Amino acid sequence: MDFFDDIDVYGDLTAVITEDSEHISYKALLLAADALKKQLEGRCLVFSVCENSLESVIGYIGFLRAKAVPVLISDNTNLELFNGLLETYRPKYIWLPQYKAEMMENCSLVYRHGNYVLLKTSYDIDYLLHDDLALLLTTSGSTGSPKLVRLSYKNITSNADSIAEYLGITQADRPITTLPMSYTYGLSMINSHFLRGCPIILTNKTLMSKVFWELLKANNATTFGGVPYTYEMLKKLRFFRMELPSLKVLTQAGGKLSRTLSEEFAIFCQQKGIRFFVMYGQAEASPRMSYLPCEYAIEKAGSIGIAIPGGTFWLEDDIGHVIKNNDTVGELVYKGENVCMGYALNYADLCKGDENEGILKTGDMAKRDDDGFYYIVGRKKRFLKLFGNRVNLDEVEQLLKYAGYDCACAGEDDNLKIFVTSKENHEKIKCYISEQISINHAGFTIRYIETIPRSESGKALYYALK
Amino acid sequence: MTNKEEYDQIFIDCFSVEKSQLNAEFVYRCIHEWDSVGHMGMIAAIEEKFDIMMETDDIIDFDSYTKGMVILAKYGIAF
Repeated sequence: MDFFDDIDVYGDLTAVITEDSEHISYKALLLAADALKKQLEGRCLVFSVCENSLESVIGYIGFLRAKAVPVLISDNTNLELFNGLLETYRPKYIWLPQYKAEMMENCSLVYRHGNYVLLKTSYDIDYLLHDDLALLLTTSGSTGSPKLVRLSYKNITSNADSIAEYLGITQADRPITTLPMSYTYGLSMINSHFLRGCPIILTNKTLMSKVFWELLKANNATTFGGVPYTYEMLKKLRFFRMELPSLKVLTQAGGKLSRTLSEEFAIFCQQKGIRFFVMYGQAEASPRMSYLPCEYAIEKAGSIGIAIPGGTFWLEDDIGHVIKNNDTVGELVYKGENVCMGYALNYADLCKGDENEGILKTGDMAKRDDDGFYYIVGRKKRFLKLFGNRVNLDEVEQLLKYAGYDCACAGEDDNLKIFVTSKENHEKIKCYISEQISINHAGFTIRYIETIPRSESGKALYYALK
Repeated sequence: MTNKEEYDQIFIDCFSVEKSQLNAEFVYRCIHEWDSVGHMGMIAAIEEKFDIMMETDDIIDFDSYTKGMVILAKYGIAF
């Protein structure tokens, strides 16, 4: 079964618990989703602006059931980037909160549900959507790149199956959202829990809000997930001293949690009878590729575990040969039904079929121990993660070049270092980048450098940046 | 520096704002920089500067510039 067409069977069970503690049954959710579905004229592209709210979920499920293809976009995306995406992809409809609708030009109101509206755009072009195409996601952390990940129906349903299986999700589970729905990790939590008929507590509130903890307690939430930064925050919030008896499962993904923190949480969870899962994935894999079975959380702390049910991992050397020996570093390669069809750079790419054939070269460097557990040791590609969001360093450089600065980017996760040849405007640069890519400025350090070290061919010598 | 000046400086540094912006209207999420990431950075800076360890409820309740001073009073920091 899948998590959008076949969940009628859950009927009167609760599907969604809202911030106001309203309980919405699967039946009611699907009624609303199908009412929205009726408004759409055939298979088409829809921009769906996501919050962790009932309306947002109704849209998502409704579009999937209508075989319309939603592009899930964070409600944090700034208007300029959003308009750029609109021009690049020319969707037929936009599903978004009412208060944002007022900013949209040349659109007509088609339908309203709760505080969301469906707008019809004025783009009048017919382009082909590939039959297998289900969903489009931005690669996390939007640097204004119009690049979207193309996911098929098989991709999202098979990944939801695998996740539900290894987490052992049952109807007794009640996840509470901690991550945006437009973010592949947050979305996969929703998919896998709908699949098993769970109630999902939807909230936009963060761990920093009292309301979040009240909702968690009042609704006996059993499960939530977090990126490494979430876990740092939890520790800071004295999570180890909190009394949360309903909590049964914690998951972690979206970047590498330090070994110490991973171990600390694993030990705490064991004491409290909470199952703690460290996991690994990418938007390109819908997203989950591996998990560390919770019984190994302490013994194998620091590992991303083993491939998910239905998936396989191997390591390749520089020339693409499979590495047979353990404890040898190579590029991590994954194979499974959840590997995306490919990317899209504009609407013309939406007719393309599967370009990956189930194989994803992750760009992460890893090794495997004698027991078959994998460990990430570095990255091949030029990106890093800021508070769980993937940020491409070359794209940040491009943004600053447009703004008139000569620069080079380096750094590590949660600390992107921008080396600029300008002695002034450092605060301004920080704010500009923070605003452009919607990530807190605490993630950036600006350093002055007299000249950017370059090779003869003009390529920046990143290793020389310190 | 007085406690008040230290307190203000932390806000100015953490959120890239001017001193004139610091008033009763300066609350959590009023600017893009004061999100959950910014909040934890600010709390860490305060704990370090005043050498205190705040309770969970206080970290969460600390949702405005003005409220912060009331909360810090509990830890013996007078303004």
